[in-house]
Amino acid sequence: MTKKIKNLNLNFGPQHPAAHGVLRLILELDGEVVEKADPHIGLLHRGTEKLIENKTYMQAVPYFDRLDYVAPMNQEHAFALAIEKILNIDVPIRAQLIRVMFCEIGRILSHILNVTTQALDVGALTPSLWGFEERETLMTFYERASGSRLHANYFRAGGVHQDLPAGLENDIGNFCETFPKIINDLENLLTDNRIFKQRNVDIGIVTKEDALDYSFSGVMIRGSGVPWDLRKSQPYDCYEQLEFKIPVGKNGDCYDRYLCRIEEMKESVSIIKQCLAKMEKGPIKTFDGKISPPPKKEIKQSMEALIHHFKLFTEGYRVPKDEIYTAVEAPKGEFGVYLISDGSSKPYKCKIRAPGFSHLQSMDYLIKGHMLADVPAVLGSLDIVFGEVDR
Amino acid sequence: MTKLEDLEKKINSELTTKIKKTEIKHNQIYIEIDKEDLIDVTLFIKTNKDTKFRQLIDITVVDYPEQSQRFKVVYLFLSHEFNQRLILTYFINENELISSLTSIFPAANWMEREVFDMYGVNFKDHPDLRRILTDYGFEGHPLRKDFPLTGHSEVRYSEEQKKVINEPVKLEQNYRNFDYESPWEGTKYIKEQTETNDKKN
Repeated sequence: MTKKIKNLNLNFGPQHPAAHGVLRLILELDGEVVEKADPHIGLLHRGTEKLIENKTYMQAVPYFDRLDYVAPMNQEHAFALAIEKILNIDVPIRAQLIRVMFCEIGRILSHILNVTTQALDVGALTPSLWGFEERETLMTFYERASGSRLHANYFRAGGVHQDLPAGLENDIGNFCETFPKIINDLENLLTDNRIFKQRNVDIGIVTKEDALDYSFSGVMIRGSGVPWDLRKSQPYDCYEQLEFKIPVGKNGDCYDRYLCRIEEMKESVSIIKQCLAKMEKGPIKTFDGKISPPPKKEIKQSMEALIHHFKLFTEGYRVPKDEIYTAVEAPKGEFGVYLISDGSSKPYKCKIRAPGFSHLQSMDYLIKGHMLADVPAVLGSLDIVFGEVDR
Repeated sequence: MTKLEDLEKKINSELTTKIKKTEIKHNQIYIEIDKEDLIDVTLFIKTNKDTKFRQLIDITVVDYPEQSQRFKVVYLFLSHEFNQRLILTYFINENELISSLTSIFPAANWMEREVFDMYGVNFKDHPDLRRILTDYGFEGHPLRKDFPLTGHSEVRYSEEQKKVINEPVKLEQNYRNFDYESPWEGTKYIKEQTETNDKKN
């Protein structure tokens, strides 16, 4: 006698600790095997793009912090670069170095979070406790430079908002000396760990072809063996002058992506060190009074500076009519801004290309035929943050 | 890496009639086509050995309510082999159906869903055209220029009905959009006044 067994539909989330935010994943299960996955997103949709259309260029920057909130400055970078390219302004070298340095700090922030929570999802608690201590140190660097730990609002078209406070360069330098040891500690816990390997090796394999077809970028495409990094192939700011390697995976599974992230953290430390070595005193934003606000002292003395200040913080600067797509290598992949300006002081349209959006889209392809227990492992290795997926 | 100028020539010579306009700026190539040629052009640039735009980066729409053809549909492509970016655009009317790219790029699925959700542009042959970012049961298309920034309805938990309910938006203070454009020429209403005065005189 045979019994017909119906497939089970299961709601994974929106309140699930391994869903990394508010993801509602509807799984169709045949026993423990996943037959189909249908991610429902948008539970964190805030209408960022609509809001940006109604704000001046300067007021739009904080919205970028709130996209991928574990690496805020990387997003601001894309927006700042887009405006700079349209306005055709040069950024002083010190500002470029500061921006690159903080982008790499953002990369470490994001990768620590991802590596340790991925470990947490598959059963290891200790890495997250160790890793989060380092994140705390890095966020105090953010705070000392910009005034806030998370939502920095620090990058501007033409440079950065303010210079680094005294002593910060030294402290970041010291961090670069101690942090590689922490990476080694994390690796000791995870890289050869039997359980971690059983849960990640050969899970969620992405082939080269599929990685291209599904618009993967960042670690997701490098884990599958495509050596593609925008910092190398389409360098922006001062990345051309820096030396770093691009770690590439071989099998395209969750474990390779974990290894790539670990290696990238080491490269980031080396980039930060190079930036610190190159850094010299100098201006931190463009002198063009029509774009960047004058220093406080000048406002008190010069009429022109006062007018500039007033105009910049009421009307904002105008950006000539143009259309541009700029992308940066954010920790999660290619983060792009498609900006259309119409000559006024507000963007006519600002489409944000979030890497997590196309990664999450492939969930069905990645998880089909895997066990239910592999869902958190795959989701963890996709590196999803809902701030940017939902926008 | 082949030069963008060579690429422009190549595309213009191979696809002569299908290309309306090409332009190179900001180290990217901008191409305008007709709505009907989308599939042909995409297939060509994806498979041809001299272009190889293997990745679809994003799809989006720009809304120009004052134009006769209201929406500009934009496709962003990337070629890893030649390290080039291409922006493909065409204009459509408000209620026109456009072809889906899902059969060529599986990644187009969610991007087209987003375009449908945000602008109300409809795709034919799309396997699963549902709203994606907005709430279940949402009405309207938020990124259209005529959709108000505050939206039409707000949600709250109703203690009486013991459930989450939708209500029309009620603001204590209206959204204020200051017109800072030019204090010298005067704000909009002053401009209008002076213009009408000029006409009278």
